[in-house]
Amino acid sequence: MSVDVATVRRIARLARIEVPEAELEGFRGEINAILGFVEQLGEVDVDGVEPMTSVMPMALRMRADAVTDGEQPAKVTANAPEREDSFFLVPKVVE
Amino acid sequence: MTDLTALTLDEARQGLAKGDFTALELTEAHLAAMEAAAALNAYVLDTPDRARAMARESDARRKRGEAGRLEGIPLGVKDLFATEGTRTTACSRILGDFVPPYESTVTRQLWQQGAVMLGKLNNDEFAMGSSNETSAFGPVVNPFLPPNWDAAKARAALAADRKGLLVPGGSSGGSAAAVAANLCLGATATDTGGSIRQPAAFTGTVGIKPTYGRCSRWGIVAFASSLDQAGPIAKTVRDAAALLTAMAGHDPKDSTSVDLPVPDFEAALGRSVAGKVIGIPREYRVEGMPAEIEALWRKGAEMLKAAGARIVDVSLPHTKYALPAYYIVAPAEASSNLARYDGVRYGLRVKGRDIVEMYEKTRAAGFGREVKRRILIGTYVLSAGYYDAYYLRAQKIRTLIKRDFETVYAEGVDAILTPATPSAAFGIAEKAEADPVEMYLNDIFTVTVNMAGLPGLALPGGTDPSGLPLGLQLIGRPFDEETLFSLAGVIEDQAGRVRAPRWWA
Repeated sequence: MSVDVATVRRIARLARIEVPEAELEGFRGEINAILGFVEQLGEVDVDGVEPMTSVMPMALRMRADAVTDGEQPAKVTANAPEREDSFFLVPKVVE
Repeated sequence: MTDLTALTLDEARQGLAKGDFTALELTEAHLAAMEAAAALNAYVLDTPDRARAMARESDARRKRGEAGRLEGIPLGVKDLFATEGTRTTACSRILGDFVPPYESTVTRQLWQQGAVMLGKLNNDEFAMGSSNETSAFGPVVNPFLPPNWDAAKARAALAADRKGLLVPGGSSGGSAAAVAANLCLGATATDTGGSIRQPAAFTGTVGIKPTYGRCSRWGIVAFASSLDQAGPIAKTVRDAAALLTAMAGHDPKDSTSVDLPVPDFEAALGRSVAGKVIGIPREYRVEGMPAEIEALWRKGAEMLKAAGARIVDVSLPHTKYALPAYYIVAPAEASSNLARYDGVRYGLRVKGRDIVEMYEKTRAAGFGREVKRRILIGTYVLSAGYYDAYYLRAQKIRTLIKRDFETVYAEGVDAILTPATPSAAFGIAEKAEADPVEMYLNDIFTVTVNMAGLPGLALPGGTDPSGLPLGLQLIGRPFDEETLFSLAGVIEDQAGRVRAPRWWA
């Protein structure tokens, strides 16, 4: 499988990365080189093979349903590019 | 006084215990060495004030008789580990001047044992790379000289554009270069596809990626969560064992960290390896393998045999599919993990007309090309209509790769010996024009280990004809890092250390 420029434009949009028109072709070539490389996976017989979900067998532990952290808005927002009091500021999203 | 930076971690520990020097003196020696080696670009941030404060506290603790296992030992920290109050960037512009209000579990455990932080070490952006050239802070210089170069020529290149000098490997290139150049006594690192073992091999240092789950990933910038593991890079096998003993352990804050007791890994050194069965996987004999790598591998097997181990040929039939499967699984997980960098809660923000344009412009300006490419691939392989063909198939192949190892271990093999890399270190900018797959081939021997979650240790086994270090890799059973340390100790005793010349100052 290989991708065309329109597909690169679409996945860039999905990934929320602005890619100028002039750079689409470069990415297309690189992505296709990698897709060409992974094509060999098609020759492996994977019938009846379970996909890996956990590389080491482990049961997820349960913990008490209790508040263990929080009440530190100043720390949480300390690195925000824009904030007001203890809120993150973003461009208007609801009209 | 002898050069304190030339000591191993173990020697420094003994010197401190005997009172030959103080933690502050040891730290000052390293801070001075770091300053003189700034052009190597191993560190992206020196933290001399914090280092001196920690060293003074360490000396005070020792006086009170409260010395930890790493009391007074100056370490470097890969810039992927969150360090409270100290800038952490993953060497990406998108994290900008992020100052974590928390400390990663692994580094917290090191400080609890008395270690001292010298600064933050360079790495490939978000640990995506095999040469440290994708870092937003620029490439790191390997302290080993290129073939047929003298110190004067290297100094001239260092003062110019660094071209022609060697890469230290990646992604933990700063960690490996700093250890090899005596700019710390050991360093933290992370390994997703070979990022500890490949740079260790390129710099004549010892690195171990422990079993998945051995070290907590809490507070480490995530790349591919099912593959990422922390581990040390050190000057010797014993030093690596001492560091891993402190770094490992169960952490309730990481649900994938394993609740198993942590052995004293140093105790495994010197243990007899007589009767251990060492597998030599025939699939690692790849086409076009340089003769010196073949010779190194054979020599490694002979060293283990001389110590009483039994060498057997084994087969890991799905080896060749590990790298392509990795280049689906890792970008897929990365595209998901890196979705958090949106310019809202931390890091860079580039304004846009609306919130979507803000996201797009922020991520366009903040991520480097390699990172963007991997996010795009990850987004593609996870997108509707392609998930089964790519991601699901790759995860099934991962099951087969792990099964290969399980079969071999069930037949009685204790550990597997392979070369760590397909070549010695290459030049900065040498692979800039190559297609990305060529760079990815660097990880051909290491990536299987991440795909199967197993422990892997790289150590110098010798040098190539021009004196560059070449690394061997030992792969172990799950949670049996001890056997790897025992075997590595045997190889180190016979192969010796490979030391970098000091030419930059």
